[in-house]
Amino acid sequence: MTRFFHWLFPHPLLTVLLALVWILLQNNFSAGMVVYGVILGIVITKGTAVWWPERPGNINLARMFSYSIIVLWDIMIANIQVAWIVISVPNNKLKPAWIVVPLDLVQPEAITVLAGTITLTPGTVSADLSDEGHSLLVHVLHTDDPQADLDEIKQRYERRLKEIFL
Amino acid sequence: MSFEIIGTYLVGICLLIGSGFALVGTIGLLKFNDPMTRLHAPTKVGTIGIGALLLASMIHSYTYGDGSMHELLIMAFLFVTAPISANFIAKVNIHKGSCETPPAPPRDDTWSTLNVPEADRTLFPVEEE
Repeated sequence: MTRFFHWLFPHPLLTVLLALVWILLQNNFSAGMVVYGVILGIVITKGTAVWWPERPGNINLARMFSYSIIVLWDIMIANIQVAWIVISVPNNKLKPAWIVVPLDLVQPEAITVLAGTITLTPGTVSADLSDEGHSLLVHVLHTDDPQADLDEIKQRYERRLKEIFL
Repeated sequence: MSFEIIGTYLVGICLLIGSGFALVGTIGLLKFNDPMTRLHAPTKVGTIGIGALLLASMIHSYTYGDGSMHELLIMAFLFVTAPISANFIAKVNIHKGSCETPPAPPRDDTWSTLNVPEADRTLFPVEEE
C-alpha cells in the first residue's frame, strides 16, 4: 500500500500545492475543480519525477507556517527602515558591506529558502554561494556593524530553518 | 452600505501605501550611484509595494464583486521569482568588477560565480586577477 502511494505520489506536497494553485487559478471552489486539480497534480509530478528523483526530506509544516509569518513581519519592518535610509542617508554616508554567512544548513532546498528570505527582506541581497556550498555571500545596503547583521541572519532565520528541514 | 464605505477607504489606504513604497523605490534607484546599492531599491517595490497594491485589488473585488483570489498567486509567484533576478544582477556585478570585490569564502576555494574554467577567463576578465 505504501509502495503504491509512493508510486502514485512521488512528491505528495507538490501534488497538494499544484491542486491548490489550480483551484486559485479557477477562482471558484467546487468538488469538480478539486478532483481536476488533484489529477493535474498527479500527472505533473509523475511526468517530472524522472528529473527530480530524490524527494526532499521531511518538512515541519507547522514551523514553516510560523516562519512565513515571521518573514512577512520582518519584510514590513525592514521595508520601512530601508525606505527611511533611501530618503535620509546621503550617498557618501552610505556604508554598504559584504557579509559572508557560514552555512550550517546542508539541504539545497533549505539553502534556497534562506537565500530567498535574505533577498526578500529589504536591505540585504544574497549574491552568491561558495563553490561547494558552505557559505553564502550577502550584500548589505547600510550597516554600522556587519557582525550584528550576520548574527541576526544566523539566529533569526537559519536556526529556524534547521528546525523546519529535518 | 457602510461595508462598502469601509472597503473603499481600505482600498484607498492600501493604494497609497503601495504607491508610496513604489515611489521611494524609484527614488532609491535614481539616487544611489553604485550598481550593488541600486539593486536594493527595487526590493521594496517588489515586496510591500506590489503587496499593498494586490491587497487593494483583493479588497475591492470582495467589496464590489464576487471576490478574487488570483492576487495570492501573483504574490506567491513574485516572491519565488524576484530573488532569482536579484541574484543574477548581483552575479553580473561581481563579474564586471563594478562593485567592491567580495571577501573570499572561509571554507571553500572561491565563490561559485568566479569558479569559471581557465579557458573562459579571458572572455570576461575578473578584476582581482
